[in-house]
Amino acid sequence: MATKTIVGEKVGMTQVWDDNNNVIPVTVVRVTPCRVVQVKTPETDGYSALQVTYGTKDARKLTKPVAGHYDNAGVEPGVRLVELRIDDVSGYSVGQEISVDLLEAGERVDVTAISKGKGFAGTMKRHNFGGIGASHGAHRAHRKPGSIGQCATPARVFKGMRMAGQMGNEKVTILNLKVVQADAEQNIVLVKGAVPGPNGGVVLIRDAVKGAKSSEKGGN
Amino acid sequence: MKPTDVVDQSSLRDDIPDFAPGDTLKVHVRVVEGTRERVQIFQGAVIRRQGGGLQETFTVRKLSFGVGVERTFPVHSPTISKIEVVTRGDVRRAKLYYLRDRVGKSAKIKEKR
Repeated sequence: MATKTIVGEKVGMTQVWDDNNNVIPVTVVRVTPCRVVQVKTPETDGYSALQVTYGTKDARKLTKPVAGHYDNAGVEPGVRLVELRIDDVSGYSVGQEISVDLLEAGERVDVTAISKGKGFAGTMKRHNFGGIGASHGAHRAHRKPGSIGQCATPARVFKGMRMAGQMGNEKVTILNLKVVQADAEQNIVLVKGAVPGPNGGVVLIRDAVKGAKSSEKGGN
Repeated sequence: MKPTDVVDQSSLRDDIPDFAPGDTLKVHVRVVEGTRERVQIFQGAVIRRQGGGLQETFTVRKLSFGVGVERTFPVHSPTISKIEVVTRGDVRRAKLYYLRDRVGKSAKIKEKR
């Protein structure tokens, strides 16, 4: 699991030029400094995590239970509560502030977010099936999946058969994205490549758990 | 105003002259050869300008030994050291793709007076 993690909001995509004048596509993530509201430890909660909040919210608009939760922690209410899973919480305490300086340029990170929902999608959109011919006598079957199995043996459809269904609006993690820039003044992180979800969506960033972790490995 | 403007602002160049499709440009391009860097000039007619903000690009077309050559540059690219406008062209459309099918006199662009 991750050793450091933070929450942000996706701003959008743009491009920057590197030192060799190559264009790098980047996603801008706004990471406002967040405050620890609760520290979850294996002893008390069965797992280790940080519950954090960021930004500000009018205290009158909180429900009583949530207001009580903030009061107990002695933390100013933020826009939402987010839980960040982390290996070791011993270095963190309630009320502590976490900011962008956690990350540095060249580092590899994993980015988690809820992808854009596509609704109930057919096999062509959802699984890149080819569909059925446009002509040669095809009748009302142009986007159908075709056969989904055999006949009396096995007399059932195998589990995991790819069919139409809900697409998107699920938690997606992109591994090993490179941090291009981490700007503590503007509270912005530039991550190379695309990040799931709509602009304005909540994005969780953690240090890479697999593969190349440092900038020395080059590549993307 | 785009939400990513805070990042784009630093990459935008303000030393790019005004030019439009039909104009003839001298684009001074920085070329890196090994450790040496020199400037190459690409001269031709602008046949399109496309996109907006930091993503805007333009395409220059020229004839090189009888072969048409087109090169597309990002307007704000740091590899462009300078852009010189040689002539202003008098054209009626924004995309001059019809020039690709023409050679000789019919491929000439009228100059703005």
